[in-house]
Amino acid sequence: MIAETLPFVGPAIQWFDISPLLALLAGALLLLLGGALTPQWPRGWYAAVSCATAGVAGFLTYILWGDIANGGPTTLVGGAVALDRFALFATMTICGSLMLVSLITNDHLNRQGEDAPEVYGLYLIAAIGGIIMVSANDLIVLFLGLETLSLSLYVLAASNRRRAESEEAGLKYFILGGFSSAFFLYGVALVFGSVGSTNLGTIAEVLANEQTIPGNDALLLVGIALLLVGFAFKVSLVPFQMWAPDVYQGAPTPVTAYLASIGKVAALAALIRVFIVAFPSRMDDWRPAIMVLAVLTLLVGSVLAVVQTNVKRMLAYSSISHAGFMLVGLEAASHRNSLDPNTGVSASLTYLLLYSVIVIGTFGVVSLVSGVGDSAPSLDDMRGLSQRRPLLALGLTVLLLAQAGVPLTSGFVAKFGVIQSAVTSGSYVLAIAAMASAVIAAFLYLRIMVSMWLSAPVTDSPLRIPLASGVAIGFAVLFTLALGLVPGWLLDAARDLAQFASR
Amino acid sequence: MIAFPILTMLVVLPALGAIVVSLIGRFHLEWVKLAALITSVTTGAMSVWMLVKFPSGAAGFEFVSKHSWISQWGISWHLGVDGISLFLVVLTGVLFPIVIVGVKVLHDEKPYLAWLLLLEAGLMGSFLSLDLFLFFVFFEIVLVPMYFLIGGWGYDRRVYAATKFFLYTMAGSAFMLVGIIATAVLARDDVGSLTFNVIEIAEKANFSIATGRWLFVAFALGFAIKIPLFPLHTWLPDAHTEAPTAGSIILAAVLLKMGTYGLLRFGIYLFPEASVWARPVIFTLAVIGILYGAIVAAMQTDLKRLVAYSSVAHMGFIVLGIFALTRQSMSGGVIQMVNHGVSTGALFLLVGMIYERRHTRQIDELRGIQHVAPIFAGFFMVVMLSSIGLPGLNGFVGEFLILIGSFQTARWWVVVATSGVVLAALYLLWAYQRVFHGEPDEANQSFRDVTLREGALLSAFVAVIVFTGVYPKPILDRVDPSVKVLLEHVEQNTTYRQPHSVGEASG
Repeated sequence: MIAETLPFVGPAIQWFDISPLLALLAGALLLLLGGALTPQWPRGWYAAVSCATAGVAGFLTYILWGDIANGGPTTLVGGAVALDRFALFATMTICGSLMLVSLITNDHLNRQGEDAPEVYGLYLIAAIGGIIMVSANDLIVLFLGLETLSLSLYVLAASNRRRAESEEAGLKYFILGGFSSAFFLYGVALVFGSVGSTNLGTIAEVLANEQTIPGNDALLLVGIALLLVGFAFKVSLVPFQMWAPDVYQGAPTPVTAYLASIGKVAALAALIRVFIVAFPSRMDDWRPAIMVLAVLTLLVGSVLAVVQTNVKRMLAYSSISHAGFMLVGLEAASHRNSLDPNTGVSASLTYLLLYSVIVIGTFGVVSLVSGVGDSAPSLDDMRGLSQRRPLLALGLTVLLLAQAGVPLTSGFVAKFGVIQSAVTSGSYVLAIAAMASAVIAAFLYLRIMVSMWLSAPVTDSPLRIPLASGVAIGFAVLFTLALGLVPGWLLDAARDLAQFASR
Repeated sequence: MIAFPILTMLVVLPALGAIVVSLIGRFHLEWVKLAALITSVTTGAMSVWMLVKFPSGAAGFEFVSKHSWISQWGISWHLGVDGISLFLVVLTGVLFPIVIVGVKVLHDEKPYLAWLLLLEAGLMGSFLSLDLFLFFVFFEIVLVPMYFLIGGWGYDRRVYAATKFFLYTMAGSAFMLVGIIATAVLARDDVGSLTFNVIEIAEKANFSIATGRWLFVAFALGFAIKIPLFPLHTWLPDAHTEAPTAGSIILAAVLLKMGTYGLLRFGIYLFPEASVWARPVIFTLAVIGILYGAIVAAMQTDLKRLVAYSSVAHMGFIVLGIFALTRQSMSGGVIQMVNHGVSTGALFLLVGMIYERRHTRQIDELRGIQHVAPIFAGFFMVVMLSSIGLPGLNGFVGEFLILIGSFQTARWWVVVATSGVVLAALYLLWAYQRVFHGEPDEANQSFRDVTLREGALLSAFVAVIVFTGVYPKPILDRVDPSVKVLLEHVEQNTTYRQPHSVGEASG
């Protein structure tokens, strides 16, 4: 029998279709190898390479985006990787976020006098992992992406060796992240055990035809549950959020921005793809779990955010509650009777994109305020920012209002989208929970604004705004306002995100 | 020729003014003031011009301007004005230049003026929007400048008051947002496509009874906080008391009206069945508000807080009139919105002047002002009497129409509410007596009488008060047709019939 097995034939690889990954890989190698073999580059060059690489990858993604209009969604590398609008939209989000984060990292490292290529190299590698996650059409490939992303992030979180908090953050993240990876892998094994495949398309097909191995439905459900737990850790959904505040607070601020944007995009997009593509026939089983997670995440995240005094910790909890909003979109997409199944998925991904820009801008300002040493700033450090730097304070105000979901900012468009998808599918409970969470969280953003505008400054030390950070924050603010005014083109772009490639 | 888009300009011009003001350097304060003044005066002039051009007797929406905005969601920039919103728009347009000229600011004039103009844009937009989404955008946007005005230029507990104001209102609008989206989504089948157009939804959508009631509750909750209806009023005394004078004036005169206006335009128009169904509860809350507001106002020691609580009582009357669903009571409600805006706005202006001179608003520290400042006392008297509802002044017209109209459909509530009129006389006259009568002590001896500028501003208020009181016909002629159409809409869609004994809403 064994002798009759066909010889192993490697799958055909469409090199151009994975060119964004290749571009990032090339950039990472250039930084790591080139950086190691050459003397210190002039100030800002490492960041420039990282930024340019992300830009090239983003541009290639844009070209692929156009190709899909002709070719339709397909899978690559033997069905392991999906090439569809969903993957490309998330990839573009990751590339754009990477550019912004690189910019604020540059100034952060320069302030510490530690400009070095390793951080950027890890950024690029983590982004590769993230892109693999959002486009993986196979649970094993997804796991590879997850580990690539996570391992880089563990190191990044601990990358400020002078601060004990940073090391603590890295270790905590590593241990809990290791747990979650184990959960995830166990889930993959159980799903494989009951269905006989790790390919998302095949899983969906088998389950749709009810060809599961008899009596293994419990195995499958446990597998799905473990996958969900693994994802919930990565996305930091309540009650799996314990690591997030500590890590967000301890990690260097630009890394925190990275975690809150790219880390979230990758894990959440992968979660959506796996559950919508592979397990649509078990929607009724996992929808309640998503709903409970969403409600808990929304409410616990915002309530705990309000009682914090450390700005990074506040933003960490607020980021948790934002993840709840994104889940609302997934829950909406899981209703079979929903009038328009696209809206939930599109709304979630749009939310991810808009939130990423907002949160990077916010952490960019926080990074500037915390200054040399990158001590985690308390609310008092924000006091009187409007008198020290009125424009910076105005920018942060716009970003905070956007997080609160005030109209004419992109944050409102994002919230409107998910609430609309929830209402369309009849999930009124979730819609109301989400809005309640928004109101509670608004108090938090108001507290920061009060500190900035209505309190006298505690220090007169000048606050320098370096060029790169200024560009990144300025872009984030303008993007937030522009998308709040004319969101039409983005909604158009996000319209067909739910047409997944699975075969 | 394309008609001049006056309504769009009414919204855009103040917003542009805010941007211009914030762009001018802070060392050119004169330019800042000039820019703010020009914008607000031009906006005011345009609103008056619109009032002149508004055809008397027209019932539909005039000057409509409609452009697609976010076509994916069926959202458009859709503005229009009818008899219900007309005078609120004019009030907003005229009040802002008065506030900008008449109220002194002690510090940071530039951001103050920028926020004020942005607030005007938001308020104009709220009253003019005929698109639910657009309305919500403006309804929420108003919070931001008001928050900063209270928080930045208010009195001692300003941060607390501003935060409370923001969170209360935002909580209300959160439910409203879910309601708005649900309305549009559920109306999609009846209308044919997803749209937030108020008129289309109201005319075509056919909600089931239970759905309509739920949606109405979602809307009404948001508006009830804004009005504020008892027991959701607790943000108001704090916000009013701590706000700077300009903030209090605008809060009382215009901001609160967003709630009552919203109930008329969106509550009753979109969900007539639910509005009829909810009347007993709303009447009861309104009447409790009238009595409670009056009694609490009588107990206040702070003059500004007293006026704030009187607002709770007056807004109760307006809500009572609107939901009594007769032509007289609803026209009365609309007119009373404007009247309350004028008289309470003027009262806050006067209280602000007292504070400027004496640096206190405590009633027991003021006395005998009538002796040293007779003209000031005279203005205060007229404004106060208008607030009480003395015949011949504007307050009477609205209150009388409300009471007589509501008597047909909400008899026992009206009987109780009428005692609120008496109580209003009690707390206001008593306050007047304590502040203005008697012999002035040393601190009050130097109370300066009105300056020319103050006198001119107050005269404008008094002119409106007297004119409306003596000759309300021009206003009624413009309000009544729209109210009539709204009532017909209610009767078409429900079993409710307004009592036939009611004749024409008289002029």
